[in-house]
Formats: sequence, C-alpha cells, structure tokens
Amino acid sequence: MTDLNALQYTEEHEWVVVDGDVATIGITDYAAEKLGDVVYVDLPAAGSTITEGNVVGEIESTKSVGELFAPLSGEVAEANQAVVDAPELVNSDPFGEGWLLKVTVTSLPKLLTRDEYVALTGE
Amino acid sequence: MTNDPGTTIPADERRSPLDAVHRAAGASFTDFAGWQMPVRYSSDLAEHHAVRTTSGIFDLSHMGEIVLVGPEAAAALDHALAGKLSAIEVGQAKYSLLLADDGGIIDDLVVYRTGDDRYMVVANASNAAVVADELRTRAAGFDTLVSDESDDIALVALQGPDARAVLLETPGFGVDGPGNDQDDFDAQIAALKYYRAFPATFEGQPVLVARTGYTGEDGFELYVAPELASRLWAALTETGGPRVVPCGLASRDTLRLEAGMPLYGHELSRDILPVQAGLGRVVALSKEGDFVGRAAIERGPADDAPVLVGLAAEGRRAARADYEVFDGEGADAARVGIVTSGALSPTLGHPVAMAYVSPGLAEHGTSLFVDVRGTRIPATVVALPFYKRAS
Repeated sequence: MTDLNALQYTEEHEWVVVDGDVATIGITDYAAEKLGDVVYVDLPAAGSTITEGNVVGEIESTKSVGELFAPLSGEVAEANQAVVDAPELVNSDPFGEGWLLKVTVTSLPKLLTRDEYVALTGE
Repeated sequence: MTNDPGTTIPADERRSPLDAVHRAAGASFTDFAGWQMPVRYSSDLAEHHAVRTTSGIFDLSHMGEIVLVGPEAAAALDHALAGKLSAIEVGQAKYSLLLADDGGIIDDLVVYRTGDDRYMVVANASNAAVVADELRTRAAGFDTLVSDESDDIALVALQGPDARAVLLETPGFGVDGPGNDQDDFDAQIAALKYYRAFPATFEGQPVLVARTGYTGEDGFELYVAPELASRLWAALTETGGPRVVPCGLASRDTLRLEAGMPLYGHELSRDILPVQAGLGRVVALSKEGDFVGRAAIERGPADDAPVLVGLAAEGRRAARADYEVFDGEGADAARVGIVTSGALSPTLGHPVAMAYVSPGLAEHGTSLFVDVRGTRIPATVVALPFYKRAS
C-alpha cells in the first residue's frame, strides 16, 4: 500500500515521488475517478526532455480527454508500457501499477503536500 | 491533468427524486441541463457492457414530459410536430421532431398516445421548457390543453437482453381493472411490441410501461410519480441482482452512439434540417395541412449542406465532438466536416464517431481523416448504426 502522505502533488492532479534523482509520476485517484474508465494513454518516449508545466501526454477515458502536464523538468527515463498496454491500471491502481513516467529530474519545483492536495480537491 | 470535474453543486441545481438512491450507491454526478445526474456508479465500461449483455437501469427523471389532452390534441400535434401523430393508435409511440419555421430542429421527441384524446410528449431535459412553450403556442388554436408535467413524472429505464425477464419477475406490478394481478401484467408485457406502451400499476399506483429506449437494446421505460420512483428502482434492482446494473449518463452516451442514435446538441440543432441528420423519414410531408417548418422542409437544404455520417477508425484514439474532418493527411488537405460525437466503442473495440461532412463524401467506404489534437487519424465512412443487436 502506497503511503499517500509520502507523495507530493500538483494542482493538475498528478502525484510525484522522488527517489534520488529519479521521480515517478502518476495521476491521483481523484483524477482517475473523475476521468472515468481510462482507455488510452499517450506518454513521451524514454529519452525525451520534459519541461515543467508543458503538456507531455494524454489520458483518455470513454468520456473525455485529460492532458498530462509535466510536474517537473527532466529527461524521461521510462514510460510505463504496462499502462499503455492496459490503460485500466490508471483506474485500478493509480498510485501503484498505474504510474506513468519515471523522470531523471533536472529541476523540481515546490509541490503540494498531501494535506494541501486534499484541501484542494475537497475530498 | 486538466479535466475539470466541477465538484461544487450550485444552489439552483435540480435533483432527481432518486438522488438519495444514487448517493447511497456511490454514484459520481455530472451537471446535465441544470440537473445533478449520475454520470457513473463505478465503471462506465462495465455499465455499458451490462446493458449489452444483461441489463442496466437508468434514472432519466430529468427528461421533460408535456401532456396534451383534448378532442383536438391529435390535430394540434399534427400541426406542431413533423410527424403525423394523429395516425398512431392508442398505446403506440412515435419518434418525432419539433421544427422551427426555418426547418431547424428545436428538439427530438418521443410521443406516446395514451388515449384517444391524450398524448405525452417526452422532451430532452435541456429543451423541456422550450418544447412546452412551443407546444402551448402552437396548440393555441386547437381544443386541447397543454401541461408541462415534468415535475410530476419520474422516468426509470431498464435496458438490455435481461430487461424483460427482470420486469416479469419483479413483484408489485399489475394492471388496473378487474383482477389487477401480476398475470394480467405478464400477459400485457408478453404482447407488448417495440414502441408500444400500456398503463400498468406498481404497488397500486399508475405506471406507464413503454417498450422504448435509447441504447440499441430491447428494454423498457417506466414513467411513474416521483414518490414511487425509489421503490420501483429498489424492486427492479433487488429482483434483478447482478443482472441489473445501475448505469449513468456516460454509458448511456456510448450506448446510444454505438446504436447510431442522435443526441440533441450534438447531431441535432437549430441549424440542422432533418434530412441532413438522416431523419427525413420522420417528417410526414404527405400529411394534410400545414405544419411548422413545412415550407422550409419542402425547399430542402442547400445542395452543399453537410450530412451526417458514421466514421470508424482503427487504434484507440477516438475522435470527439468538434474535431475537424479533412479529406487528406497533408497540410493542403481541405476541411470537409466536423465530428459531433465520438468515442472508443466499448462493444466494438475501435473508435467510432458521427460527423457532418460534405455531401459528396458521405458514401460508405470514403476515406477521410480526423484531426485528433494535432494528429490526422484515418477514418472510413461507414453505415449507421455501428452496432445492431442480434434479434
């Protein structure tokens, strides 16, 4: 079970956990639930550079399309192929197997704590 | 992530009489035409598949019901609507259109003849007030009363291959009259054809049981007093158990899309003539007398007016409403249409969409491209509906 208090969050409903210089990025259960059943995930390839605040991917549900914003800057070390193959992982395990990107961080902005994020979503 | 869910509920939001039932079931809600309605209970894909394989139950209490009563109710509707409603029998239903003078579509409707001199017109939630106003205005010269009974009628739909069995197993139904027992109800259900309805009772209270729907499956729509809706919902879900899955508006949308059924505000609007939407057959030009929009319909749309087509694509990236359609992949390709609805079809497993395209490109098999957020996705014009149940 992921300790949600150990994660950092963004106002765009992403979560980030940093281990050394590598950050793992996903979307929160709140975002996954609001999207509905995720049926397609488009992620940047390993080796590509992402810049904080830019759109770097897409998460589509039957109902709508969500854009994935880079919560930090760095180089993509790995995109989660399991999620590309089975997008429903974003719904079933958003904080675990449904992770999206691992990024070698070059610049990490100040992100939200769990308490700050929960206050934001009101849940 | 940007996917503004809009979690705050404005004070003027309208709630269904089944609101407490949905909240207890853990539904997520969406604003729909000023109503807070369930968008999904858990998984919209599971809900979609349930309707295709067993059955689903929907709360459609937001829809509008306008009742016409009087000796000239039929004549009033013949004048007010595109179809010949005087020609349908008591107990019959008919899909129809409310047209503007210029032939544009104000709303699409299902009209039930519930008596010799009584009709119920079911309108989309977003248009209910407009439809009621138009019907009042158009019926002014006729001996009929028009009343908006939307607040006094709730609507529960049970749709899917198991719907009929569940309805027959559910206790509490009867038919008014001598005996008033479940056997009479069962006999009526057994004889009920598609697009027919009959007055029944549930727990002794009136319910109009209609074999109609908006999912592409066999199914029923049950019109009841709001006070009765929760008990009816509970009886159907408890009887059906796993065969009856509560379904939200998200699955309703993908179900109707697969079934090629138009949605007002997407495929239908004031700027669209019925023939453009493939609904020319709904307009009874052969009926006697004038009706609103007749002259414009007889003139027809411009030769180059776009027409509604089905589009099918490969892969998983769906075209969505307002995406542009092109006749080629390159920068010199011409914009030839616009998508009105689209999704990755849960039943078929590939993207489907409805779009308005130039009439010369409407032939089945035509290769087009949809601009999906900057990428041109190949799509082929195909026949509607995308999905048809095995009968």
